[in-house]
Amino acid sequence: MNILIFIQSEENKISRSSIETICGMQKLSDENDTISTISLNASINDELQKYNINTNYFVDGIDEFHPIKYTSALENIINQKKPDVIAFAHTYQARDWVPRLSARLNIPFISDCININKNDDNNIIATKQMYQGKVNADIRSNAPVIISLQSGAFRADEIENGTALTEQINIEIDNNDSIKPLDKFKDSKGDVDLSSADIIVSVGRGISKEENMHLVEELSKSLSAELGSSRPVVDYGWLPHERQVGSSGQVVSPKLYFAIGISGAIQHQVGMKGSNNIMAINKDPKAPIFEIADYGIVGDLFEIIPKLTELIKNTQS
Amino acid sequence: MKICVLIKQVPDKDSKIVISADSKSIDNSNVTNVINESDNYALEEALLLKEKHGGEVVVCSLGGKSANEIIKTALAKGADRGIHLIDNNNNYKDILTVAKIIAKQLEEGGYDLILSGLQSDDSGNCQLGLLIAELLKTSHSSLVMSTEMVNDNTIKIKQELENGWFQWTELSLPASLTIQSGINNPRYASLRGIMMAKNKPLENIEINLSDYDSQLQLEKLYIPSKTKETQYIEGNADEMASEILNILTNEIKVL
Repeated sequence: MNILIFIQSEENKISRSSIETICGMQKLSDENDTISTISLNASINDELQKYNINTNYFVDGIDEFHPIKYTSALENIINQKKPDVIAFAHTYQARDWVPRLSARLNIPFISDCININKNDDNNIIATKQMYQGKVNADIRSNAPVIISLQSGAFRADEIENGTALTEQINIEIDNNDSIKPLDKFKDSKGDVDLSSADIIVSVGRGISKEENMHLVEELSKSLSAELGSSRPVVDYGWLPHERQVGSSGQVVSPKLYFAIGISGAIQHQVGMKGSNNIMAINKDPKAPIFEIADYGIVGDLFEIIPKLTELIKNTQS
Repeated sequence: MKICVLIKQVPDKDSKIVISADSKSIDNSNVTNVINESDNYALEEALLLKEKHGGEVVVCSLGGKSANEIIKTALAKGADRGIHLIDNNNNYKDILTVAKIIAKQLEEGGYDLILSGLQSDDSGNCQLGLLIAELLKTSHSSLVMSTEMVNDNTIKIKQELENGWFQWTELSLPASLTIQSGINNPRYASLRGIMMAKNKPLENIEINLSDYDSQLQLEKLYIPSKTKETQYIEGNADEMASEILNILTNEIKVL
């Protein structure tokens, strides 16, 4: 089986999620398989050559991410090399072009996988989460397939070292201008760095109304914690975007992550599952947050949180 | 301007998900169905664009009989007509196959914009809008947080990137946009809207699934095994609050 991994770079370095993808593919492969990578950035080639892969293919001339240029470059390479598995990290950037590649090549794409294996017939079996993480699905492919791996599905520090050669591939780049990327910018006004907080009290949809927000604000204050949230709370405008934890917000790993009324969709878990201690309160015993919680409280936050805040204040006075 | 919004019916986020005996599908008997969250934002964005620039909003959904409900609600909110691609077979189909079914219905539609939610809350592929873009040869953008027409042939969008970054991008029409939740404030259907929806056209098209073979096969669905041993705190509210205090003080030691 020939495996081809697309390497995403960030600030002229291999992105951590791409390292994880290499690890995942190293674990999948055996002595009959080959692993190749594709680099579009010359400054990451030296690093790629240190890993246990067969060949690093390098394409020059696409400096900035552009979904159509990337699609046409990969279409070209895949048609030349005919890999059986084409692997990506499931990043926002991948989401902005890999489905296009799938449709162009008529090769199906299993996205956001948390595991990947082979069965006895050498078919790929990829595991992905469905229903907001409540269900896992094992999906089989008998033919060439594109997959993307969820951040954290494999550990970057388990990468196998080796020596690889870089081979430059010259291809004609599609200069389609139907998509014109303009300025990039950061939106947040105040700079809140949740990643350095020891304790984060984080609030989700379960808080129900803006008028109830004071309950978590008071608890957070009593614990000298930073206040975080899941996406819906920011969408409703109850907290600013810089307090959002998850794939579209910050990635945090505090000593205590106290999730209040957060169901724990995949996109949220990606941002906080590395916390030392996760405590979760939710009325739904089946909420996915309990899958990763160290301490679980199935109950009514409106009853429990005010009592807890009161108790904490009493111990301090 | 002609806008098509792709919407999907999914189980409500609080629904208990039960896997059917053959491990290949979900038992829908006790599930409350709703419009997919980000699709609801996509619909609102289409209605806002129409109010500003004129034109027509068509909603299209592929799904079982019950998906009729979300189309009717969209008509009541202000969409002009509906297309229900009826899939009476609940079997797994990979998303590329689904995209081919939908693209075939849209190719003659002459749409300037195709809007969809950035991902479905059930299968979570995050792919449909881009698959449709490639199949219909339109431009695209994903994770769209804001839209603004530049002229009759160009739309400018604000796209969400990772780590709090955003980017403006200009797209030539036709374009397919996947809409991020939170882009607007979705309206509710008014009583008058509900009455008016009854006279709006809703086309029901039976899909012949034998024309489409899924390239991927679902082996099985299962409830994930827990990776962590969770210590549950039990009792009444008072007992739970004091046990939490005890854990914060003596086990996690943050107090």
